[in-house]
Order: sequence, then structure tokens, then C-alpha cells
Amino acid sequence: MAMPMLPPDWPGGFWAHWGVFVVIIFVFVLATIMGFIWFERRAMAIMQARLGPNRTGPFGVFQPVADALKLLIKEDIVPAKGDKLVHWLAPVVAVVPVLMIFAVVPFQGGAILADLNIGILYIVAISSVTTVGVFMAGWASNNKYSLLGAMRQVASVVSYEIPVVLSIIGVVLLAGSLSMQQIVIAQDIPFILLQPLGFLLFFIGACAEINRAPFDLMEADSEIVAGFNTEYSGMKFGLLFTAEYGEALAISAIVTTLFLGGWRGPVLPPWLWFLIKVGFVFFVIVWIRTTVPRVRIDQLMALAWKFLFPLALLNLLITAVEILVLPAVSPWVLVGVNIAVMIVLVFLWSRLFKLGWGRVEV
Amino acid sequence: MVIKTEPFVVNFGPAHPSTHGVFRMRMTLDGEVIVDMEPVFGYLHRGIEKLAEERTYTGCIPLTDRLDYLASMSNNLAYVLAVEKLAGIPVPERAEYIRVIMAELQRIASHLIAVGAFLNDCGAFMTPIVYMIREREKILDLFEMACGQRLTYNYMRVGGVSQDVPEEFLPALGKFVKVMPGWIDEYDRLLKENEILLARAKGVGILPKELAINISASGPVLRASGVKWDIRRADPYSIYDRFEFDIPIGSVGDCYDRYRVRVEEMRQSVRILKQALKDLPEGKVRSDVPHLIRPPVGEAYAHIEAPRGELGFYLVADNSIAPYRFHVRAPTLINLTALREMMVGWKIADAIIIFGSIDICMAEVDR
Repeated sequence: MAMPMLPPDWPGGFWAHWGVFVVIIFVFVLATIMGFIWFERRAMAIMQARLGPNRTGPFGVFQPVADALKLLIKEDIVPAKGDKLVHWLAPVVAVVPVLMIFAVVPFQGGAILADLNIGILYIVAISSVTTVGVFMAGWASNNKYSLLGAMRQVASVVSYEIPVVLSIIGVVLLAGSLSMQQIVIAQDIPFILLQPLGFLLFFIGACAEINRAPFDLMEADSEIVAGFNTEYSGMKFGLLFTAEYGEALAISAIVTTLFLGGWRGPVLPPWLWFLIKVGFVFFVIVWIRTTVPRVRIDQLMALAWKFLFPLALLNLLITAVEILVLPAVSPWVLVGVNIAVMIVLVFLWSRLFKLGWGRVEV
Repeated sequence: MVIKTEPFVVNFGPAHPSTHGVFRMRMTLDGEVIVDMEPVFGYLHRGIEKLAEERTYTGCIPLTDRLDYLASMSNNLAYVLAVEKLAGIPVPERAEYIRVIMAELQRIASHLIAVGAFLNDCGAFMTPIVYMIREREKILDLFEMACGQRLTYNYMRVGGVSQDVPEEFLPALGKFVKVMPGWIDEYDRLLKENEILLARAKGVGILPKELAINISASGPVLRASGVKWDIRRADPYSIYDRFEFDIPIGSVGDCYDRYRVRVEEMRQSVRILKQALKDLPEGKVRSDVPHLIRPPVGEAYAHIEAPRGELGFYLVADNSIAPYRFHVRAPTLINLTALREMMVGWKIADAIIIFGSIDICMAEVDR
């Protein structure tokens, strides 16, 4: 199928390509993060029957800019007994991998910094590094809340990485490639329909990895007072905050690319489709945040190991069998089969297992 | 190899977003599990009991506002009941009805905050509490109409209430009792059956029936443990014996039961309000009481079913214009005494919601 694609070295020459895309990625990520912060606050406010920021600029769109300015001129406080070097390094370690993820995200056909043939593997590898930054932040703060939050973060990322990767493999099997661009090109039917269970598992796991509700217990403000960033102020806090929203943006972009058909869509220009889909995924994340309470740490772990992990394995098995045994069947039949399988499995698992365990005898 | 571990002591509070005031819990943790917990309070002690002994009987009413600031009307009511008992002062019929209306409105307002804050502690980010504050505002508007204040009302007087309600009050109240059940249904639709809330709150922080009675817990905390004990029924004061209402009780005494009991109580309060609004008589709202009340030597204890439990005022008179002794039986302080038993063995996240489900007001605990 013919698809409008930019030439791989657009706009001509290796260095021009790199220069242009590095700028595009920086501008895109930082501007979108600011937009998302505003969007989340406004959307949440509307859902919660209040107004949200509405003083700075039209509809308060410049509120994130004002916040960023405030953070820049704030005093930077390092805890007296904290580990100063690590405290300084942690926000950087947290934010850089998030920016690096976008190197392999295709904004439209060919509009990609580096079309790595292991694109999705690269994302899985690089996105875990943020955890190190978060743990460094928690450790260097010399604060008990921060340490608790950092421990929770590490525990949850280690657990959720497995179902997330397993659910990605289903997509990779269907697409036959690890390259983000090839995955989009392979989606004549968006993979959310062919991999409904995989999408569900990936989305839940990703929400847990990026600390979004209902899995935001690494920075649960009603329990451990913002967790790892309790002791951060000024632009260091700003960087941690950027890393967090950058991760949310990255997850939205990855979900868009892997499951929603990336930049593909009728009528509108491809890059606009990409932005619309990313915005919609982020809206769903915000929507969930305003709706549900938070899970407990043991329930978080139980969800990863008792629900997502076996379901991800089963999903992988079913996908592999379908590809091996039924290569000639129309994909629309598989869509129906897979949705039915998802409903049955989710129902079974929700009946079979209890989430977490109760009181511990001490 | 055995890794050497040591207990991890964390001070939750006094400045912590979920301690609902300046409460401190010194928790000993083993990982996330609470091994020991020691409550520390007294940060908000203002010596109200001593201050009251220097003021006239009427002058104490504003002090009672500042006990449980989320239920000032109930505090006013309990105090004036004690003074009326001490001095034998009658109360006009219309004033009794207005008092019941105010007390029940206050119960709804207080439970809205309690339930909202509890759900917020569970991690439902702000949404439930903002929805509930929206309806609480309407109650505060009603209070503002009646007495001009929105938090510390100073509305009840010995022998009645300070002034009659204005004419726009009753239509506004009628409208409120008409829409409020729908709002309560909305809260239930939002979170009552939510899977995560059930997983978080069911079976967590159980206060067994015997323990609840032994620590003399009261209010929703006691009723959630399955004890049908409501002072409005057990020892009727004011004119509560004229109204029809049920006493909702829980079955196990976990956080979820406490949450449900509060929601059901709001429905019952709306029922009482409807009846009171129907039979509200005309007449004066304050009997003739001297400016300086000088009760005969003696003592009196009056208790009411405040939103948070049995609120009692114990007054000793020595035939002067000020109480000789002014003691408050604060329900939340007594409900807190089982906190350690409820928390030990649970996780930090549970500790927060167990604490939230008791629904305390530090101003009342410390006085």
C-alpha cells in the first residue's frame, strides 16, 4: 500500500536530518508537556466541578509557563544530610531517558530521528533508566517518605516491566518487526482490535510504570507526601516533574504507535492524526486519575504477578498460535475471536484471584 | 547469610496532608507493614476548658464553636442543653425545631466532609471531596442566611436560638431537602461499588464490637461495628422523639462499613429535615433569659449525638456567672483510643484510610 513517506534523510543529508529532528523533539516534548500539564489541570477541574487555572492568558494556557518561571527563580534547597552529588544528578538521570525515547517515535511516515530496527526494544531499555533517577532522588534526599516512595517505584517497575514487554511481543509478532515505523506500516487494522488483551495489559502496566493513578503510590500525596520528590525544590523539582509528564507523553506516543495505528488516519495530515491520538490517550489517563482510588502496594504487586503476567503469557501464546495456524484467515475474524478471548480471560481471572492480601501478623 | 534489618520509625505528622490537623503517629515499620504505632497529640491544645471557666455562660458559646469546627452547630446545641439542664430554662417549640433542623444540616455537612476526606485518603484524587464540598456549600449558605456565619456559627442561645430564621430560609431548605437525596445517589454511583475501593476498604481496620463498646466508642464508628446505639434514640434530647428515622448500622466494623454508615446517616438526616420542615410551628424562638445566667449550685451533663459521636458537656455551677468546671466529652478523642489495635499489621496506606475513616477533628481532640 502506498503511503506518503518522507525520505529517510529528510531534509537532505545526515547532519541536517539529525539537527532538525533533535530540535523538533526538544520543542515537541517540552511544548507538549506544558500543554499536557495545562490540559490535565483544566480537564480534571471540569470533571471535578471546578474551574482550574484560568487567569494566565486565555483559558489559563500560560499557567505552566508561569509555573516554570516560578520554579526557575525559586531557591534550590538540598537537605543538609542528603547526598549532594546524587541529589543533583537524580533529576538529570530521570529526564534524559524520557527525551531519548522520542528518538524512535515516528511522527509521520519517515519523520523519525532514527528508524532503529530494534526501536521498541530500545524504548523498553531506555525507559527503565528513569527508575534509577527516581531511586537516586529518593535515596539522596535522606527522607523516609522519599525512600519509601523510591522503594515502591523500583518494586513496581521491576514487576510491571515483564507484562509490559510480553504484551509488546504480541504486537511485534503481528507486525513482524521491532522497528516503530514498520509496526505502524503493518497496521492496516489498528492493533488495538487485533490485540485487545495486549492493549489492556500494556496500558495498565504502563500506567503503573509511569506512576499514574490508580498506581501512583510512589508519590501518593495522601500517604507519603509526594514520595521521592518531597525534598526537591526549584528547577530540580521542575525536571522531575518534566520527567514524569514526559513519561506520560511517551507512553501515550507508544500506545498510539503500537496499538492505535500511529500517524495513519483519513483526511487529516498524518502528524495531526498522531497528535490527536496522543492527546486522546493522555485524556484517558487523566480520566482514570480523576475517577478511581489508589491501590495498595501488595495489591499492586498481586496485580502484576497474578493478573497481568499470566494473562500476558496467554496472550502471547494465543497470538503465536493464531499466526502459525491461521495465517490465511481474514483479520476481521481474528478481531472477533481476540475480543471474545479477552472478555473470557479477564472475567475468569477477576473471579479466580483476590487482589492482595490482608492483615499481617506481627 | 542473614541480612541485618532494623525497624524503620516514621513520624506521620504533625504536618502531613492526611492527618486532618496536627496529629502525629509514630509508626514503626517493617517494610510497609506497621509493627507498632503510637499516637501523639496535643499540638492544638488551646485550653478551652480553662478559658470557659473565666467566661459567662453565654460567653462560652463561641468557644464551643471552636471545638469541632466542622460541626459547630452540634457543639452549640450540646452546650446550651447542658446550661438549660443546669438552670432549668425552658425552650420554645419553634426554637426546638430550628435546633433540630440546624443539627441535622450540620450532620450532613460534617459527614460530607468526612466521607469526601476518607475517599480522598483512599487516593480518589480530589474528585469525591470536591463534589461533596459543592453540596456542603449549599448547607453553609443556609447557615449564613440564619446567622451570618459560615464556619463558627454562635447561633444557639441558652433558651432558644439567637434569632429567627429569615423568610428566604425555609424555601431554600425545602429545595435542599428535595435535591439532596439525588446527590447522595450520585456519590454512591461514583464509588460505592468501585472494585479498588472495595479492595482497599473492605475488611480493613476492623474494630470488633466488644472492643468498640469497651473503649466507649460512639457515633458512626460504634454503629459501623454493629451496635445500634444512637443517643437520639437511646436518650432522646430536644424533640428527637417526635421524628421517624432509622439507625443505620454496619456488620463488621471495617472502613467500608464506617463509610457506608455515614452515607446512610445523611439519608436519614434528610428524612428528619423533611419532617421538621413540615411541622415547624410559629412562635418565639427564645425564652426570656437574664443576660447573666446564674444557675444554682449543682452539676449537669448533657449529651447529644453529634456527627462524630456522643458529644457531652459536663458543667459544675457554683452560683456565679461563670461555670466552675466545664468539661467536654469529645467523641473523636475517645474513638481514637483503639487506633493502635486497628492499625497494627496493616500497611501504611491502610493506616491512612483507617485514620481517615474514624473521622477526627483535631480541634476537638486537643481542645
